[in-house]
Amino acid sequence: MTYALRRRLWAAALILAFFVTWEVLCLALDVSDLIVPRPSQVIATLWVRMPVLWPHILQTLWTTMIGFALGVIVGVVIGALIGTSRVAYDTAYPLLIGFSSIPKVAVVPIFVLWFGAGPVPAVLTALAMCFFPIVVNIATGLATTEPEMEDVLKSLGASKMDLLLNVGLPRTMPFFFASLKIAATFAFVGTVLAETVASNKGIGNVMMSASSNFDVPLVFAGLFILAFLGVALYVVFSVIEGRVVGWANRRTDLSPS
Amino acid sequence: MTPDLAQIQPERKRAAVELSRAGVTFGQAGARVQALQPTDLRIDEGEFLALVGPSGCGKSTILKLVSGLTRPSEGAVIVGGREVAAKALRIGMAFQNPTLLPWLTIEKNVMLPLKIVRPFRHDFARKKRGEYRDRVHAALADVGLQGFANHYPWQLSGGMLQRANLCRALIHDPSLLLLDEPFGALDQFTREELWGTMQDLWIKRRPTVILVTHDLKEAGFLGTRICVMSARPGRIIDDSPVTFPRPRSIEMTFQPEFTALNQRLRERIISARQEVTA
Repeated sequence: MTYALRRRLWAAALILAFFVTWEVLCLALDVSDLIVPRPSQVIATLWVRMPVLWPHILQTLWTTMIGFALGVIVGVVIGALIGTSRVAYDTAYPLLIGFSSIPKVAVVPIFVLWFGAGPVPAVLTALAMCFFPIVVNIATGLATTEPEMEDVLKSLGASKMDLLLNVGLPRTMPFFFASLKIAATFAFVGTVLAETVASNKGIGNVMMSASSNFDVPLVFAGLFILAFLGVALYVVFSVIEGRVVGWANRRTDLSPS
Repeated sequence: MTPDLAQIQPERKRAAVELSRAGVTFGQAGARVQALQPTDLRIDEGEFLALVGPSGCGKSTILKLVSGLTRPSEGAVIVGGREVAAKALRIGMAFQNPTLLPWLTIEKNVMLPLKIVRPFRHDFARKKRGEYRDRVHAALADVGLQGFANHYPWQLSGGMLQRANLCRALIHDPSLLLLDEPFGALDQFTREELWGTMQDLWIKRRPTVILVTHDLKEAGFLGTRICVMSARPGRIIDDSPVTFPRPRSIEMTFQPEFTALNQRLRERIISARQEVTA
């Protein structure tokens, strides 16, 4: 059995053990499903309600993806700007940290005020949640580029753009992907946050109305869906990462035999 | 004060590099460090100049001046008849650290200057699969790296990386090659092997070379001329031609004439060090 396979089996076993323990504890302690439903109940709910849930899942998914895509664009541009210039870095950093310290729950009502309830505040909240880690990672990656690497190109007469495209950005890719995996999950948090506050569609909205109806299994079903979507997105970026920045991990399957 | 080039260049060969009273001072007023005293240095085309001296004497500063990475605080630096500015010069550089980009294969690393330097970059998109690729492979074969084009830098040994580094420095046929202790981090045998490779490359292409080193044997083996620098603030205290016939061999470095040259330069450096500490 290979190491990778064994590791995957262990991970699967841990997840399984988690749910089994949960199920057993609920049964043993006779916990009401109004407090904590058993995993089997949640899965049954998921199965039965799926036709109703499906449009909400899609809604949450596409708002998140749009917010995330915008967040990546904004994050990369700002990160590249402040990472390549010391002055821009020192000037813009306090403002950015200030902005990222604001609890995003607090800005949702403002977005709603401007754009009305619906998908727009959700997209914007997702964007606001996810762009900061990308900015920080891109800026750090660019700012820590070894000067010798750039000197080689500078002595050839390379422009700032040449340096950015040939040294700065490729070198920053491992940082970028690390931040994407964080940003993707943050984007989900942002979307659901906005949906719970002001929307009539989406998983956040489903969970909100389910909890006010004391339909606790449905609330948990929403959590399960979000966790699953988060993991799925994470996996997607891990796969892309492995292909793009394999050099940083010295993967042996890159080497010509 | 910029000297009139026509006056200071009589019937001699064209100067590839000319420093006139060029000096470098780092830092703000109050905490100024003079890295290089105003220096005059003229390097003819096709010369192989070895700059030796104790560490921190400003050898690398001279290289950075010539490459345009550092601006002189005073005086002028003229390369190929023009004052060094930020604009593109046909220069090849190699440092002690090979600085190959870890995300590119050896082939793509060596090809990089063709992607940046005019006039090659103009044709890069069209020729990178054909003509330029052949050129890179021929260059790799020259330094004994055939068959490693598709390896990544981390798969090669230090000596092989340095060979690839020399390839990259020469791939765009620079008329001026700047080497900053490129063999400094290698073991003795690999180093001597690479001296041979370097000599072959120089004989084949005859670029002007400035080699910064702290190894007198290396300077004597490769150079057509050796300049000795004093400790900080740096200045040139000795300038001697090296006339041993080429191609030179490692055996030559054990002959009395070579050892005598070595010994003389050694004494110059040591006495310069004592002047500073005294």
